[in-house]
Amino acid sequence: MKKTFKLEGLSCAACAIKIERGINELEGVDSASVNFLTAKLIIEGSEEKMPDIIKGARKIVKRKEPYVKMVEI
Amino acid sequence: MRNRIIRIIIGLLLFIAALLIDTDRQWIPMTIYLIAYITVGGDIVLSAASNIFRGQVFDENFLMAIASIGAFAIGEYAEGVAVMLFYQVGEHFQSYAVDKSRKSIAQLMDIRPDFANVREGENILLKDPGEVNIGDIILIKPGERIPLDAKVIEGTSTIDTSALTGESLPRVVEPGSEILSGCINQTGVILAAVTKMYEESTVSRILELVENAGNKKSKSEQFITKFARYYTPVVVIAALLLAFLPPLILPDQTFGNWIYRALSFLVVSCPCALVISVPLSFFGGIGGASRRGILIKGGNYLEALARAEIVAFDKTGTLTEGEFNLIEIHSREIDKEEFLSLAAHAESFSSHPVATSLLRAYGRPIDQTRISDIQEIPGKGVVATIDGRKVSVGNDKFMDEMEIHYDINKSCDSFESCDIEESNVSFVSGGTFVHLAVDGVYAGYMVIADRIKNDARQAILNLKASGVKKTAMLTGDIDPVGKDVAARLGIDEVHTQLLPQAKMERIEELMTGLSKGGRLVYAGDGINDAPVLARADVGIAMGGLGADAAIEAADVVIMTDEPSKIGEAILISRKTLKIARQNIIFAISVKILVLILSALNLTALWAAIFADVGVTVLAVLNALRTLGIHMTASIKKKKNNR
Repeated sequence: MKKTFKLEGLSCAACAIKIERGINELEGVDSASVNFLTAKLIIEGSEEKMPDIIKGARKIVKRKEPYVKMVEI
Repeated sequence: MRNRIIRIIIGLLLFIAALLIDTDRQWIPMTIYLIAYITVGGDIVLSAASNIFRGQVFDENFLMAIASIGAFAIGEYAEGVAVMLFYQVGEHFQSYAVDKSRKSIAQLMDIRPDFANVREGENILLKDPGEVNIGDIILIKPGERIPLDAKVIEGTSTIDTSALTGESLPRVVEPGSEILSGCINQTGVILAAVTKMYEESTVSRILELVENAGNKKSKSEQFITKFARYYTPVVVIAALLLAFLPPLILPDQTFGNWIYRALSFLVVSCPCALVISVPLSFFGGIGGASRRGILIKGGNYLEALARAEIVAFDKTGTLTEGEFNLIEIHSREIDKEEFLSLAAHAESFSSHPVATSLLRAYGRPIDQTRISDIQEIPGKGVVATIDGRKVSVGNDKFMDEMEIHYDINKSCDSFESCDIEESNVSFVSGGTFVHLAVDGVYAGYMVIADRIKNDARQAILNLKASGVKKTAMLTGDIDPVGKDVAARLGIDEVHTQLLPQAKMERIEELMTGLSKGGRLVYAGDGINDAPVLARADVGIAMGGLGADAAIEAADVVIMTDEPSKIGEAILISRKTLKIARQNIIFAISVKILVLILSALNLTALWAAIFADVGVTVLAVLNALRTLGIHMTASIKKKKNNR
């Protein structure tokens, strides 16, 4: 399944890459990508693990960019 | 933003004051520098500290904090303040440039409709397009954006499709016409019945496609990601070694001098210029192409397009219109209009493609009272009694059977040797002859054929001019027709009478002929040749406007049915790639230069940071040029057409 999030306040391109890499390493994620310009995060992964994936992703975003808000769209 | 500018200005004034103060008491300028430092860079030091607690080292804040605190530690107060000052100025410009690019992109994507006027009973309600259902009746006023794909039920108007197709010529719509979301209604009020939910409507699909194009990364982007991963740690480690090794090993060296050099390493250790500008270049290229009616589904396809070496085409529907049309009437005695009228009436009950094309060419209502008896002979033709005369319309076999003598020159395989008016020749492909006899007397024949698209020849010429080595055509059509079309268009290689499986084999054969790094592009209609589209390095579907299957199957979708857009797509791709490469080379070489100069102690700290943020800003501005590529491409196209 595919989930899309807006990363509000994303201002650092290098952090965007780090966030993307971090989420890609989470268990159950098929692919994750952060588009710095549209400030969008798209996660594709297994349906049953999605709640855990999202929790993990939030943690990663918080650690890399504490001011960024991750909002599902 | 404002806040930062004020802080930069105060910091700068204090900095200048400290520089100018002439006093023996050391602590006075030192205090001023410290106040200036806290004003300008306090927030950076704070977030660096809090990042360390979260386990984040090596981020920009941390590096800048270390560099500036290091400068203070070795007594270079002015440099310490300058680092923060220039860093903040650079950040300011950078965020301005990123902001500007985000806005340009938002503008590019500004085809999203905001509302729909939905008719409910007597009232017109303003609704969110996402809440409108299939079958709802929507009202679109002049100047409004069409919110959902729909079918016109009342009113006529012209619509501007340029946001989807890049086509500036408006399209006329009337009851029965399909209209696509994202286009702008221009002249009249229209009522239309919604045919697709918002998520399935053209505008949503295009936006999703372009936004998701970032997921399929090009080699350049992958390189940057990898580069960014190693660059910072490597530079930081190099800085550590540079700070401590030489003074320990070499005689007569002070730590202060080498630490100073190492600090310059830290300030250029962020790969920002690259990680922002390269993806931005690709995104801009893809966005710019979409405004020309060319949807590219990822940076990787853009890269492959730029390296196109062989371009293969399907024939029907790609290079030709894929529709039979009446091309010529060669009548004797009876005038052409009456001839066509007789043929159309005779064929009026048939569903054969020939009949359809005749009725379309006739274009007037059929007068049923003129027809009294119709008999269709499958595979041959039709006999009908019209105005009391027996009219026979059919192919050669039909004429032979009725022993009617026809005398066109049947030795000609193609039309070149036949007596077709010169003006039409270039548009004809694979014709069928249809004869007509009245009361057993031969009256003449018509030529019905698929037309070669107007821009097909130019499309092939453009490809050749852009350096594509070989063009090929793969068609299921019979040999003479295929060869004829290929010859007219100047296509190098042609394979005819191919079944879908055989098309696949031919594509694979062609691919073995590619040089290393060369790519094969295949353009088809996206409906019958999905496997071939998938097999080619880049599969291009033509005429994607409204055809969902094509949008799904291909890597690149050309919204209009013009094959000349393929050359344009290649041009845009090359330009985009060139800009991305410029940025990579520019940014990396400036960084390396600064690293070398700092290692040799030939540059000041503040100059290093100035170079670093300057590069980022310049690279972003350079990347923004990709957004405008479609304009230059269209200008070139116009010149070529002349």
